[in-house]
Amino acid sequence: MTDTLSVERLSVHYDTREGVLRALREVSLAVPAGQIVGVVGESGCGKSTLINALLQLLPENARIADGAIRLNGEDLVGASSRRLRDLRGREISVVFQDPMTSLNPVLSIGRQMRDIQYRDPVSRAEKNRRSAAMLARVGIPDPVAKLDVYAHELSGGMRQRVAIAMAALMKPKVLIADEPTTALDATLEVQIIELLQDLQREIGCSILFISHHLGVIAELCHRVVVMYAGEAVEEGPVEEVFLRPAHPYTARLIECDPGRLKQKVAQLPSIAGSLPDLTNPPTGCIFRARCDHATAACAQKPPRVELDNGHWAACHHAREVQI
Amino acid sequence: MTAFRHTLTGRLLADPLAVVAMLIIAGMVMVALLADVISPHDYSAMNLVDRFSPPSATYWLGTDNLGRDTFSRLAQGSRIALYVALTAVTISGAIGLVLGMIAGFGPRWLDNSLLFIFDTARAYPTIILALALAALLPRGLSTVVIVVVITSFSEYGRVVRTQTLSLKNAEFILAERAMGASFGRIVFHHILPNVLGPFFILAAMNLPVVITIEAGMSFLGIGVPPGTPSWGATLKDGFDYIRTTPWIILAGGLPLILVTLGFTFLGEALRDQLDPKLRKGR
Repeated sequence: MTDTLSVERLSVHYDTREGVLRALREVSLAVPAGQIVGVVGESGCGKSTLINALLQLLPENARIADGAIRLNGEDLVGASSRRLRDLRGREISVVFQDPMTSLNPVLSIGRQMRDIQYRDPVSRAEKNRRSAAMLARVGIPDPVAKLDVYAHELSGGMRQRVAIAMAALMKPKVLIADEPTTALDATLEVQIIELLQDLQREIGCSILFISHHLGVIAELCHRVVVMYAGEAVEEGPVEEVFLRPAHPYTARLIECDPGRLKQKVAQLPSIAGSLPDLTNPPTGCIFRARCDHATAACAQKPPRVELDNGHWAACHHAREVQI
Repeated sequence: MTAFRHTLTGRLLADPLAVVAMLIIAGMVMVALLADVISPHDYSAMNLVDRFSPPSATYWLGTDNLGRDTFSRLAQGSRIALYVALTAVTISGAIGLVLGMIAGFGPRWLDNSLLFIFDTARAYPTIILALALAALLPRGLSTVVIVVVITSFSEYGRVVRTQTLSLKNAEFILAERAMGASFGRIVFHHILPNVLGPFFILAAMNLPVVITIEAGMSFLGIGVPPGTPSWGATLKDGFDYIRTTPWIILAGGLPLILVTLGFTFLGEALRDQLDPKLRKGR
């Protein structure tokens, strides 16, 4: 099995007034061909930075300090902007979190979808036909008429379908979904998840699915990467990671999932402590200060402990936690 | 802008204030176009026998101190007002649009330098600048246009810059870039149409301001050359005789008030319709 997208020891730094903020530190992950890989982590764990780095659309004050991002074996770090533009949309594309802001308000849906196909030397009518076919594919009724409408004339769920249609239009190899259901209600969430699943099978693309919703990840993804404070702390097949977490953070995260609660509680469970300061990250294990399992050994940088089935965790006590 | 057109006209027609505004503006444009046809007299012909005539069937709005027909002069004046307003707004708008987008997209130092220029240009009081330039430049409409351009391009520049800055980081722009859109495509297909809405509103609001600046400069005697039938010049002529023959200054002021109201109403109606947050329904 080859990896369509692989991230190798990627570090991204932001230059801020307070100093260098190490938003991503040696993050590695792999998205195998035709699989859906989930990335889960709380706010500020570096999910957005990861997406922007994958697209090579980082803000001006960010720089990739180290590492590689390989798309079909081609390193995107240091690729020419011309080459990157060629790849974006066609090889790698993205669905953003908020469908209210991810569509241009003053251009019709059809115009925006034609724009995406600017590389194809086909007629305008053919581009419209393809756009309408893709809109129909994502479950939008009366797709031909919808080409003439503007984003504000559609509901949130419809807009997200349009955004997905746009992202899938060029049949990319990798589709990044940045919390595509966070802004939608629960019923729509299920529909969008199913739509992504269908599209993945049909186009045969890989999907990198970013979310903080554990239930959705469990439902949709083959593999999952758990991120904490700018590091990937655990990665593996979804059942392995969720049923037998090897990193204390993953275990605590699962315990804190409100979906697991069986009865009413006065206070939702949470992880004591707060995220470390990333301008001056602590040495050793990044989760040490909040971890129940922390020992003197954790002052040393944790090794990557390989478990079964391509499941690993960056923890000195990975094997003990799991049992 | 074009994207809105098929529904914008309809929505404007549903707004009574906008209809009134458009009628006033249409009336002014008609008068300006047909000035030679509808004027009962030659606007510059002096008739010393009929000096200071009150409004009558012959002289609809009376005559001035040289016996010239006020109505004919005002009809000609509407051409001057429109010409100055459109020229000055187009030039200052174009300069502001280009500089504003450069400031919005450019590096920090360029943005800061352009902001400095905008602030400096904005700091000059219009009339003081007009007096200074009138001393340097030949008297005429082009001087009026230059004064207006210098004092108002920064306003467009600031609005366009702010819009560009906020749009530059909008999620849909990031989405477009993620779809492989080039810089030019982002700027011209995605940012520009979004900037044009507020830009046109500002332009519509600025047209009457320009007309009053021209009238003001002509009133002060630093605008159009003597004898030119600008509305401001008519006001100035009438001002000297305000005690004895007030109809001259009243007639000169009326079109100014009407046109200012017309363009202001239109600008407000446009703003209500083009700003999605203020738009009702849908």
